[in-house]
Amino acid sequence: MQELLTITFVLQTLRITIPYLLPSLGAVYSEKGGVVNIALEGILLSGAFAAATGTFYTGNVLFGILCGVIAGVLISLIHSIVTITFKANQIVSGIALNIFAFGITKFFCKFLFGSSSNSERIPGLETLNLPFNLFLLLSVVILAVTYFVIYKTRFGLRLRAVGENPEAADSLGINVSRIRYIGVLISGALGGLGGAWLAMDQHSFTDGMSAGRGYIALAAMIIGKWNPLGAAAACLLFGLAESFTLQFQDSGIPTQFIQVLPYVLTIIVLAGFIGKANPPAADGIPYEKKD
Amino acid sequence: MKKPNKYVLFAAGPVISIILSLVIGGLLIALIGQNPIEVYIKLFSETLGNTYGIGQVLFKATPLVLTGLSVAFAFRAGLFNIGAEGQLTIGAFASAWTGFTFVSLPWILLIPLCVIAGFLAGALWAGIAGYLKARFGSHEVINTIMLNFIALAVVSYLVNNVYMVPATIHTPEISPNAVLLRFDLITGLFKGSPFNLSFVIALAACCLMYYMIQKTPFGYRIKTLGYNANAAEYAGMNIKKLTVYAMAIAGGFAGLGGLNFVNGYKHYFELGFSENAGYVGIAVALIARNNPFAIVLVAVFFGILEYGGLTVNTLVPKEIVTILQGIIILLIIMFTKLFDKRIKLTNT
Repeated sequence: MQELLTITFVLQTLRITIPYLLPSLGAVYSEKGGVVNIALEGILLSGAFAAATGTFYTGNVLFGILCGVIAGVLISLIHSIVTITFKANQIVSGIALNIFAFGITKFFCKFLFGSSSNSERIPGLETLNLPFNLFLLLSVVILAVTYFVIYKTRFGLRLRAVGENPEAADSLGINVSRIRYIGVLISGALGGLGGAWLAMDQHSFTDGMSAGRGYIALAAMIIGKWNPLGAAAACLLFGLAESFTLQFQDSGIPTQFIQVLPYVLTIIVLAGFIGKANPPAADGIPYEKKD
Repeated sequence: MKKPNKYVLFAAGPVISIILSLVIGGLLIALIGQNPIEVYIKLFSETLGNTYGIGQVLFKATPLVLTGLSVAFAFRAGLFNIGAEGQLTIGAFASAWTGFTFVSLPWILLIPLCVIAGFLAGALWAGIAGYLKARFGSHEVINTIMLNFIALAVVSYLVNNVYMVPATIHTPEISPNAVLLRFDLITGLFKGSPFNLSFVIALAACCLMYYMIQKTPFGYRIKTLGYNANAAEYAGMNIKKLTVYAMAIAGGFAGLGGLNFVNGYKHYFELGFSENAGYVGIAVALIARNNPFAIVLVAVFFGILEYGGLTVNTLVPKEIVTILQGIIILLIIMFTKLFDKRIKLTNT
């Protein structure tokens, strides 16, 4: 028990939770507005690559983080154009973008760093000389802000309206497409930020380093029932479980059992065993104006 | 103005998408200082210009035919199967397990047994999503995605902790009686390529899907469910049972996809063998508009890309083809939406 409560264990848990939490909060913005963003996996990956590259060439960590965010926004912009403007299937678009991101990060990794599997080593957050972990602080702030924005602001109300009932929102003069674009772009920014953390934490980019975290983030959002606080709790739970297996590697519990936890929980929650899961009513459905 | 032919409009989306994606890919190639024309010529001539290349292309296309069929079959029932990747993984492991467990059986029993094992394992895995949908109404898209990861973990546990041959990362080899022969050994054609008899199984699966959907009462019910679930229920069909069956059969097709690698090529199971065939299958079904024979053509096209990437790897990183795949899918779903407004869909 004592081992569990050490500072290292807590820090390790939080470290693992950050790249789940940021894209998970991103997913809340996107899905509250009615757009499923499976592309978060690719967004994390692109964010990590852009952050590593930006940091490597300028030596400036903050610039690198900005690059990560921009990369995330760009991928989510494509997702928005395809699914909101062209009203194409959101799942297929997300999968295509994940394939695209996997390819393009390796392509440029090979071109810029001479290896398609990893980048050069980059400086990390320690160069900022902050007395706290920047990403940890950001995560907490973003969590609070997200909760506030979604439930207490006019934009949040509109976002939820276009996700629940776009026809009604439209008839009240709300620009459905514009609100949905904003939701998806925010999710891209947060996903990109999560990716930047991956690169900073590991001091490099490695191919496929998102390793399914985008999907776990979506799972956490579902388990958290599309609520930012619920999503955060689910992310923390996954972080704890993973940290636990790292701490007790020789405990005899196969790591695969912990790995499947988020996915099994998601299925159980979706089946309605733990209260009712209510996704936004228009989640996943492109809005087509009737004329 | 003469109305454009329906099939021209059907083909227009994919053709424009492919050309446009080659242009975008060309820009990327130029960006890293290579000549796009040279790269593309090399890509197409080395894949289609000799029988070895063609054999490689057809080898890469084989699992894509089956995962494409899987997604298409579910689509016909109005279900979206994102789970072909997991079903393929589970099926491949089941085929391998059968092949290295029942080593004393003669080939005439063991090969059919491997085929059935692959099909059943995939069917069972997809059936879970079908059951969850029928029983609890939970959406198959999320559940199949989750089941993909669970499949990977289950198989990874079985391979790493139970069946791994020491000092390797794969399972024991299957019995020689479980091997699906390579065409170059049988016919002397496609010399050196791993193109094997599982392609015939894939083609048979296409015919089976066509026959089931077009010629049987079961297929009629599947289509009705796909067109309008309420109407199907009103007509007295047991739509819950149909949903489970539809998902299971779809999963079965994907489960057969492992035969190509396991029984036809490496003769053991190894993680990471699928190279995303389950996800690419979604694109294959989509572009082929769920037509089982068009699926073969589209799968071959994706096979060209996949093998083509290896042929140009000395000029550009082979991931150029992964990028192309992503762009093609994005463009196709955009254009399909555009053109569909101009077509009264008679099938799909």
